[in-house]
Amino acid sequence: MLQTAVPLPSPAAVPSLPVAPAPAPDTAAKITASGLDFYYGPRRVLEQITLQMRRNEVTALIGPSGCGKSTFLRTLNRMNDIVPGARVEGSVVLDGRDIYAAAVDVVDLRRRVGMVFQKSNPFPKSIFDNVAYGLRINRMTRSREDLEGRVEASLRSAALWDEVKDRLHTSALALSGGQQQRLCIARALAVEPEVLLMDEPASALDPIATQRIEELIYQLKSRYTIVIVTHNMQQAARVSDVTAFFWLGRLVETGLTTKIFTAPAQKLTEDYITGRFG
Amino acid sequence: MTGMISTGGRKVMSSLFVALCTLSVLIALVPLAFVLFFVISEGVQALNFDFFTKMPKPVGETGGGMANAIVGTLMVTGLGSMFAIPIGIMSGVYMSEYAGTRFASLVRFAADTLNGVPSIVIGVFVYGIAVLPFKQFSALAGGLALGVMMIPIIARTTEELLLLVPGTMREGALALGATHARAVFSVVLPAALPGIVTGVVLALARIAGETAPLLFTAFSNRYFTTSLRQPIGTLTVMVFTYAISPYKDWHRQAWAGALVLVSIVLLCSLLARFATRKIEGLHSN
Ligand SMILES: Nc1ncnc2c1ncn2[C@@H]1O[C@H](COP(=O)(O)OP(=O)(O)OP(=O)(O)O)[C@@H](O)[C@H]1O
Ligand SMILES: [Mg+2]
Repeated sequence: MLQTAVPLPSPAAVPSLPVAPAPAPDTAAKITASGLDFYYGPRRVLEQITLQMRRNEVTALIGPSGCGKSTFLRTLNRMNDIVPGARVEGSVVLDGRDIYAAAVDVVDLRRRVGMVFQKSNPFPKSIFDNVAYGLRINRMTRSREDLEGRVEASLRSAALWDEVKDRLHTSALALSGGQQQRLCIARALAVEPEVLLMDEPASALDPIATQRIEELIYQLKSRYTIVIVTHNMQQAARVSDVTAFFWLGRLVETGLTTKIFTAPAQKLTEDYITGRFG
Repeated sequence: MTGMISTGGRKVMSSLFVALCTLSVLIALVPLAFVLFFVISEGVQALNFDFFTKMPKPVGETGGGMANAIVGTLMVTGLGSMFAIPIGIMSGVYMSEYAGTRFASLVRFAADTLNGVPSIVIGVFVYGIAVLPFKQFSALAGGLALGVMMIPIIARTTEELLLLVPGTMREGALALGATHARAVFSVVLPAALPGIVTGVVLALARIAGETAPLLFTAFSNRYFTTSLRQPIGTLTVMVFTYAISPYKDWHRQAWAGALVLVSIVLLCSLLARFATRKIEGLHSN
């Protein structure tokens, strides 16, 4: 649930306690964007976005093409830093620290905030080396056994181990599209991120592969903060706890997925999710 | 509408066009066919085991071979590659990674210009910087001249191939916490490597057949040497010297040398095609 894992005591039960209970720590926001503006050169594509993404929840970003969902997602791990002329205003706070502060180590940030891309992008290396890549560059393993153990654990987490365990050292490019996408998820999980950003992770996949990814997201939720961009309304309804609806660079509405899909507050949201435009 | 051609007329035009194209292809292929025909027919008669193992005989004597020149060609092309491959690849990386910058455009322009400079001019240039100061022709100077010719070819091929690697590959590496340099050297460059190998091999094929830049850098040498600081004989220069000589037996050996050279170039091209097929396999998914 979104608000309270610890049920509030009813006033009648504890009449002598005037202090409101502190919010339970496991429901606190993991990442918070506040007053975020984003520019590609002179062009503003995000305007005053304020959004909290909580631990152990899946936040879905929906909205018509070009409304800035990917751009927003990429501000959360500073992936837009590599786009020439891109500029961010406002703040993104991860665990109480502004990730755009001068002292922040971007490389470390990106390890903590993992990303899975729309089109699977395995490296032209073996399956094993793909998963081991992040572990190696971040020097996260002590020995060969340790490395092998973590690669296996990541592949298991991504529900891919059984399909590839006998061909770990063959090229990742020979895998099917759905397997490649799960490999990319495994690769992202291997470096033990705290947040997982997924940009339309299932858009290029068939229904069965999509279902596997959705099941996977459901399982991963207990360990990560997940933010997912999707064009598929049913998918957003199935996998997410919170939905944020973007439109022309603005955040129109955000709230519990069940609420957004059954009783949206804004007419625009309703029109979009019922397919009247977009 | 006016000027419309009947269906029959269009068919005739089309056939005519196809016929013209075919004819052009045939005309283009004629010189290649003749060159190959003469080199192979004359070369095969002239080629023998001695050619590979024996040294040149003194002037006037028949027989002997070009063992020294074969080693010489391998040495100067090897030396050239040794410094052209790293410099060429690094410049290619620079041009693709900083593609938008002024300096990158400047480097690109310089590479294209250098590529168009006649090889004899490169020979003169290296003569000025690596022969005159030491008052000595040398294998090193020859290698330098060939290397200078290889650099722009390798740099441009590397650049173009790196730009073909999908940007998502680099982003994938960055998203895992790789630094820019790390992403380039551990993911982007390896992804383009088969193509770069092709470029290097083609550059090798191109310069292995050069004569002009060697004439006054490596010069020539009728004796066997592996010294870097001595003049050294090479197949191209030997073929040149033997072909313009008045001796019948030298003409025979020039044909043999030509055949060996053509074979080297052909072999390189085949290798390049093989490597290319590999990279296509990588991208077909
Ligand atoms: N690198 C870039 N340079 C300039 N403009 C860009 C760049 N990337 C995106 N844009 C623009 O920013 C706006 C938001 O793009 P973004 O990719 O975030 O949209 P999106 O919501 O993810 O769309 P889609 O659903 O089609 O993926 C678009 O108008 C797009 O044209
Ligand atoms: Mg997008």
